[in-house]
Amino acid sequence: MDVIFEYKQILIEGTLVTISLAVLSLLLSIALGLMGAFAKLSPKRGVRRAGELYTLFVRSVPDLVLMMLIFYGGQTLMSQIGALTGLWGYIDINQFIAGVLTLGFIFGAYMSETFRGAILAVPSGQIEAAKAVGMTPSQVFRIVTWPQMVRFALPSFTNNWLVLVKSTALVSVIGLHDLVWNAFTAGRSTHMLFSFMIAVMVIYLIITGLSDVILRAVDRKYAAGVRKA
Amino acid sequence: MNAVSTSADTNVSLGVNDLHKSFGTHEVLKGVSLEAREGDVISLLGSSGSGKSTLLRCVNMLETPTSGQISVHGEVIKMTQDRGGIARPADPRQVERIRARLAMVFQSFNLWSHMTVMENVIAGPIHVLKQSRAEAIENAKGVLERVGMYERRDYYPAHISGGQQQRAAIARALAMEPEVMLFDEPTSALDPELVGEVLKVIRSLAEEGRTMLVVTHEMAFARDVSSNVIFLHQGLIEEQGVPKQMFTDPKSTRFKEFLSNTRH
Repeated sequence: MDVIFEYKQILIEGTLVTISLAVLSLLLSIALGLMGAFAKLSPKRGVRRAGELYTLFVRSVPDLVLMMLIFYGGQTLMSQIGALTGLWGYIDINQFIAGVLTLGFIFGAYMSETFRGAILAVPSGQIEAAKAVGMTPSQVFRIVTWPQMVRFALPSFTNNWLVLVKSTALVSVIGLHDLVWNAFTAGRSTHMLFSFMIAVMVIYLIITGLSDVILRAVDRKYAAGVRKA
Repeated sequence: MNAVSTSADTNVSLGVNDLHKSFGTHEVLKGVSLEAREGDVISLLGSSGSGKSTLLRCVNMLETPTSGQISVHGEVIKMTQDRGGIARPADPRQVERIRARLAMVFQSFNLWSHMTVMENVIAGPIHVLKQSRAEAIENAKGVLERVGMYERRDYYPAHISGGQQQRAAIARALAMEPEVMLFDEPTSALDPELVGEVLKVIRSLAEEGRTMLVVTHEMAFARDVSSNVIFLHQGLIEEQGVPKQMFTDPKSTRFKEFLSNTRH
């Protein structure tokens, strides 16, 4: 136990990397998820197809493969673009940014399913009533759709978030010094891998527990007007 | 109400000219024209499938007409065609402006369920008419008292009866200070004992000279309150006129049948 305490600094640093990676990926996934949901609900066939392809692609390719594709492939691609245009030389893609892009892209696809279902769950008559008073499409969304869809989206959103938090561990593969990477390194050098992994487990449990508290508060905020069963 | 007129007569609150609407290959409206002058209360009657609700929904572009013209106080809603030859409004902003001048009351109330009665009433004035919150609340007080819902202003829709929800929805429509009010079977979703309170409100609005287009199954309302009655059958106007003459001396066999099949 004392050894772990000695290494608390790198565990804390790793935890902060993990949390900021998770939160930034979440924000990106929400943005991509909303775009994906609207694409899937679009009256235009081509746009709908694009949205469906996005989900299909992410569902069928392992997260780890996607991550390496974006990290290494992205690096090569950027370098080649640089060489071709002569605008830049060698470019080093930062592991953190690669992690955010990959996780955001993956979870954006899952979020798009979540949001699509939630948008459909808002009674269409209420959308019509909003149009009928002369609201613009963005007002209809902000004032009527969003406040109600949040509640419908929340159970599946929570699930996505928890899986997303766990998936951040994948970035240690591309060498980002997140919680898992730091704990693994410390565990190996002290020959106490088991203890460090227990510590990691506890920290993930704490993150999850805190998320639960926050998401419950969000649920209460968006439950206005719902008849209690 | 006169026969077809395309002139930009500003006494005409609402003009509908040769309106057609098809869903796929099924033509629901086959060329309907009507005019509502200021203060007219027009009842739209017809059996289900006659196109009366579709007509009302085309007026504020909740359904896009296949062809034909809608105008509000002489302002014609500009239409265009997309590449597939499907009609659509040329200017979405114009449609939004026109909708703000035509309030609609729905069969299933469609109050926003995450807002209280008061919030439902002030949302349109604040976001669309750009009133200040204080001003909107002040005006809301008047319209809510008008429909007898001021005491219930802090209730959510799920916690009040259908009749109260519909009265709140009427208050929401009134708060927009509309030039024409559209009612789409406003009492059809109500329990029989709640119909009276809603009809009373609509009747009082008619009596104060508001221009209204009412799709209804309430024969007593059509006969006693409206200034004009239009009977639709299979997407066309089969008979129209003033209620007294239409109800005592119906001309078309369709309308005679309709009347004998309806309790009134």
